[in-house]
Amino acid sequence: MDGGQDRGPPLLEVADLTVRFVGHEARVQALAGVSFSLRAGEVLCLLGESGSGKSVTLRALMQLLPPGRTEVAGQVRLAGQDVLALRGRALQAFRGGSVAMVFQEPMSALDPVYTIGQHLIEAIRQHRGGSRAAARARAIGLLELVKIPAAARRIDAYPHELSGGLRQRAMIALALSCTPRLLLADEPTTALDATVQIQVLILLRRLQQEFGMGTLFVTHDLAVAAEIADRVAVMYAGRIVEEGPVAAVLRAPAHPYTAALLASTVHDQAPDQDIPTIPGSPPDLGALPPGCSFAPRCALVRDACRIGPPPATHPAPGRMVRCLRSADVLATPLASLATGDYR
Amino acid sequence: MLGFVIRRILFAIPIALGVSVVCFSLVYLAPGDPLQTVLPPDATAETIAIVRHAYGFDRPIPVQYLIWLWHVLQGDFGRSIATRRLVSLEVSGALANTAMLALFAAPLSFGLGAAMGAIAGWYPGRAIDRLVTGAAVIGVSLPNYWLGIVLVILFAVEFMVLPASGMGQSGSAAFSLWRWSDARFLVLPVLTLAMIPIGIIARSTRAAVAEVRGLDFVTTLRAIGLGEGAVLRHVLKNAAPPVLAVMGLQFGYLVGGSILVETVFTWPGSGFLLNKAIINRDIPVLQGTILALSLIFVATNLVVDLLQAALDPRIRRR
Repeated sequence: MDGGQDRGPPLLEVADLTVRFVGHEARVQALAGVSFSLRAGEVLCLLGESGSGKSVTLRALMQLLPPGRTEVAGQVRLAGQDVLALRGRALQAFRGGSVAMVFQEPMSALDPVYTIGQHLIEAIRQHRGGSRAAARARAIGLLELVKIPAAARRIDAYPHELSGGLRQRAMIALALSCTPRLLLADEPTTALDATVQIQVLILLRRLQQEFGMGTLFVTHDLAVAAEIADRVAVMYAGRIVEEGPVAAVLRAPAHPYTAALLASTVHDQAPDQDIPTIPGSPPDLGALPPGCSFAPRCALVRDACRIGPPPATHPAPGRMVRCLRSADVLATPLASLATGDYR
Repeated sequence: MLGFVIRRILFAIPIALGVSVVCFSLVYLAPGDPLQTVLPPDATAETIAIVRHAYGFDRPIPVQYLIWLWHVLQGDFGRSIATRRLVSLEVSGALANTAMLALFAAPLSFGLGAAMGAIAGWYPGRAIDRLVTGAAVIGVSLPNYWLGIVLVILFAVEFMVLPASGMGQSGSAAFSLWRWSDARFLVLPVLTLAMIPIGIIARSTRAAVAEVRGLDFVTTLRAIGLGEGAVLRHVLKNAAPPVLAVMGLQFGYLVGGSILVETVFTWPGSGFLLNKAIINRDIPVLQGTILALSLIFVATNLVVDLLQAALDPRIRRR
């Protein structure tokens, strides 16, 4: 998959996106200044562990975070449109019309008392108007597009009457119903069986290319990222710590966290060999250290790492990393990363 | 769906039969002899035996049940021991009077309770939620006979705008809903009767709406661009089944008539009749009333089940 670089202006520009959850007792900084851009037709994978801010990023882009309890700041522009300023009807037209989301768990993400067809027809008529019959015809077409067999019959099925894979295909059809320019996919294959995962991934990739949609794909699965992404952005504690073309980042990570993630995947290890894990526990977003958030778990940590957040550097064209010791990480071969031996 | 309807209706028949057994035997579980009230205290053993035989009380209880059931199926509930009137007339007259209260109290409490609960559940934690929840707790916890008396003191004694009790001069036979001089007698009992169901339904609606509102699919609906009105419609349809179940129970309670409320307002309804029958140990009336009320309960639950199945496809499969 090519890097997709330098082909016209970006479709999506996110600058310094900050999200705070405001509770009764505590404020939690879920996103601490996330910036990235995405071109039309490009797939950017957001990688990271639970709580790193991947899903929050997607939800912030559609203003889906509960308004009373979240503070969102920063700039989000989709094709020049100021997304965070959208309200009322303009926001409704934007959601589903310009941007659509595929959720992780298709069983709970669909209304259990409405049929697949009722979901699709409601979305189509919301954005395009027209008669119920026309919307239904389009809905059947969409179900055929996502390769649901016997679409004309399945359109009247309720979510619980479909298998997990078919439900997720229906969810994808719903997201594509009004041909969005940007697709947000929030771990769309995590809840599926392994064999179904591949099929859904292939389908998503094909549709994304067919429609030329810019796609933000959230996953914690490196294999999935390698399969579908043009570029990856690795998130840790509400920040993007590393970003770049998928092949380059996965082959030669520049951030110790990326390296540790790669080392801790089940791959070629012997059956009796333990899988390396990242020491320490995921960061507490309510009490982040002043310096690099990964410093408490990092094998390469220096005193300088604990002073302030490391600035973004560019070790190669199109690559970005926030680490004072990225040169040392890049110089270390992947094989010795698995053992945590950097010297 | 049709299969579910048929299955559910067939299922109601054994329930109704079971109810009739319980109704019939319930009376025999209570201490005391029903004949005591009709016979003079100094009746001879011979007289007692004759009367006992005339009522059929000397036969084995299962036989008595079958005879009773046979007559009931033909619409013959026997005669009241106290008044010698046909039980069917006593019960139907009382039920009609109570139904008049229920006719107004049910829509009032269902509509108001559901609306209050839906608003509170849609804005959980906000001032309107706390207001509704507080009002619902008060509605549920106020003893309704006390509320009835307070309302009487306020509106009948102090302001003298509404009558205190009864059904008016024309009595229950000539009572007409369309004449204000009659209908005004309904106002206070209906209000008193509606208070508890309003509270209960508001609370269960609030709980259901607040829960559904936080489910994942609501985010999906917003993400496909639906407006808040459309999202609310989805949420209400999902929240409806448990609320309908509560409404069914409350409807049964309203049709059953509240003994306390009907006594406070001397409203000649089924609660009032039940009260009288218990005091007089009037077994045929007691059996007839309880059976009629139980069957209404069974029918109400059947309707609720069918409505729930119509709203939620997952119920149809069970």
